Amino acid sequence: MAETLLEVKDLKMYFPVTRGIVIQRKVADVKAVDGVSFTIKRGETLGLVGESGCGKSTTGRAILQLYRPTAGSVKFDGKELTTMKGEELRRQRRRMQMIFQDPYASLNPRMTVGSIIAEPLEIHKISSGKEKQERVQELLRLVGLNPYFAQRYPHEFSGGQRQRIGIARALAVNPDFIVCDEPISALDVSIQAQIVNLLQDLQQELKLTYLFIAHDLSMVRHISDRVAVMYLGKIVELTDYKTLYDEPKHPYTQALLSAVPIPDPAIEEKRQRIILQGDVPSPLNPPAGCRFHTRCPRVMDVCRHVEPEWKNVGTADREHWVACHLYD
Amino acid sequence: MATLLEVKGLETKFFTHEGVVHAVTDVSYKLDEGETLGIVGESGSGKSVSVLSLIRLIPQPPGKITGGEVWFDGRDLLKVSDEEIRQVRGNRIAMIFQDPMTSLNPVLTIGQQITEALELHLGMDKRQARARAVELLEMVGIPDAATRLDDYPHQFSGGMRQRVMIAMGLSCNPQILIADEPTTALDVTIQAQIIDLVKELREKVGMAIIWITHDLGVVAGLANRVIVMYGGRIVEEARVHDLYHRPYHPYTLGLLHSVPRLDAAHTGRLIPIDGLPPDLIDMPPGCPFAPRCTFKIERCDVENPPLEYVSSTRRVACWRWEEMAARQDGGFRG
Ligand SMILES: Nc1ncnc2c1ncn2[C@@H]1O[C@H](COP(=O)(O)OP(=O)(O)OP(=O)(O)O)[C@@H](O)[C@H]1O
Ligand SMILES: Nc1ncnc2c1ncn2[C@@H]1O[C@H](COP(=O)(O)OP(=O)(O)OP(=O)(O)O)[C@@H](O)[C@H]1O
Ligand SMILES: [Mg+2]
Ligand SMILES: [Mg+2]
Repeated sequence: MAETLLEVKDLKMYFPVTRGIVIQRKVADVKAVDGVSFTIKRGETLGLVGESGCGKSTTGRAILQLYRPTAGSVKFDGKELTTMKGEELRRQRRRMQMIFQDPYASLNPRMTVGSIIAEPLEIHKISSGKEKQERVQELLRLVGLNPYFAQRYPHEFSGGQRQRIGIARALAVNPDFIVCDEPISALDVSIQAQIVNLLQDLQQELKLTYLFIAHDLSMVRHISDRVAVMYLGKIVELTDYKTLYDEPKHPYTQALLSAVPIPDPAIEEKRQRIILQGDVPSPLNPPAGCRFHTRCPRVMDVCRHVEPEWKNVGTADREHWVACHLYD
Repeated sequence: MATLLEVKGLETKFFTHEGVVHAVTDVSYKLDEGETLGIVGESGSGKSVSVLSLIRLIPQPPGKITGGEVWFDGRDLLKVSDEEIRQVRGNRIAMIFQDPMTSLNPVLTIGQQITEALELHLGMDKRQARARAVELLEMVGIPDAATRLDDYPHQFSGGMRQRVMIAMGLSCNPQILIADEPTTALDVTIQAQIIDLVKELREKVGMAIIWITHDLGVVAGLANRVIVMYGGRIVEEARVHDLYHRPYHPYTLGLLHSVPRLDAAHTGRLIPIDGLPPDLIDMPPGCPFAPRCTFKIERCDVENPPLEYVSSTRRVACWRWEEMAARQDGGFRG
């Protein structure tokens, strides 16, 4: 079995909510990520799904130390990142990159495509001059773009092409690990498949490890080896893609899966949906006990008071982690 | 079923600095009473413009409806007076949009916005209108409706705002509800709530629906009939089962293959549609899909195939539809 590349333990990321103009006073915390643990093996894709605001992007950013976590540990290739500083952290960061959702907002409109891709090479002092130019051309080819696009500006490209530029930039420094934060959500259906195939090819070719964030469950299932389901700052279930979809254990996962429309009218006619009541509560003041209890169709009394334990209900070689009192 | 709405040869253009955008070209279809029609297609394919044109909500300039007829209730909506079309909008034909925030007024309470329409269109007095507004909010599943009436739009979540929009849309008992990607910005569990609500209201009220989406999954369970748009044109129309199980147009087929299915085996690779959607300013002379089509023949580059009835319920615009049909129908036709 492959070695562990990333180990996240009890990671917390709180954002202070302040009041007052002259003297800022902290009045509360947004508990965006509130104790999540998982590992990712080298060469693996871990999918992270959940509804808007549940803390997926924050998890990704806290792993990369773009936010300094409030608590918990992030070990990358055996080294603890949360206490690392300065040059040492910069060297590790080079091995971890991020691809963003919005191919429009994430590229500087005043820079040529070539300089956008070359920027990380300069920041990390990897190459310059002719060598740098050659690397840019090579990267453009790698992501399926014409090398002569280097002279052009982002607005001259379609969404899918801009996403390819973002991927080329992330690959410039030869990373081991990439956080893909909803890389296809803003793209047309027919273009999404192009980008997903590209990400899969690059993973094979360059032995990349992915954390793939999305709220499209069908796509996450397609691309991931294992999938983690997040709700209001916590991971509620984590297992291999097949087990998760065939035997979901957490009532939230079950509801989420049942809500995904399937492009087949014969199946849709027969489907029984689990319709959740109400909206996701605010992370400023999450419900006591199990955070899902306010919407859970199978809520029990204990769920309102006691937080369920995160445990493996599968076997040693087919792990199935879940946090739910139904499996106490 | 009686025909409620008939669109004939609709054509809408935008006259911009870059050139003339052929947003909608030769779009014709019928909508029957009580029917749900799905319109699917990618970004920029003309879905929104085609329905906005029906009720003359195209910004003019730069837009202009340059041709066609829209028959509703014995008259051509493209010819009636501004006053008449205002009466039709929000009264007989209601519309809900992807982003409810853009259609709700942020400085008025939800109650003020609903009662205004009731007073204007149905001539209710203040008290009657308020009572009806509470009823409507309850109907779309908003808890504590009587108190929430005095809240402002920003105090509602995205899903609740969309419920409010539906309540407003239905307030005057419209015959047609046009829904332009009303669930695209919402989470799947909230999307499921809204679709469930619309299905329930459809049973109860019996209105016809035009539901626009780029998500083939959403209309599979909702529509009776589906129109597929590409490059501002209709390329295929069929009853929902026929379209998903036996698509005749290569684009429809391509769309169905390019999305992973939750219920399918883990197949390894998706089959994308290569290339990019057409530039609506510089339309190629032939079939708009030809540059991306794996079934392309020479003729496709020079001559645009007309949208033709290929059976009493199906239309398709493809020179090779018979071969496509033969493949799809397992040789019964070919
Ligand atoms: N910099 C910040 N300051 C304060 N609150 C934040 C910050 N970033 C995120 N949050 C809050 O933390 C919570 C989690 O946000 P996050 O962006 O991680 O969610 P997400 O799962 O990525 O959602 P989406 O699917 O919409 O991208 C939200 O309530 C959000 O408002
Ligand atoms: N106000 C406008 N000015 C200029 N062009 C416009 C305007 N509104 C729409 N268009 C153009 O008309 C074409 C059709 O647009 P439309 O909004 O109908 O697409 P759509 O299928 O609804 O796409 P989406 O899925 O992104 O909503 C596009 O090329 C668009 O750029
Ligand atoms: Mg996010
Ligand atoms: Mg639109």
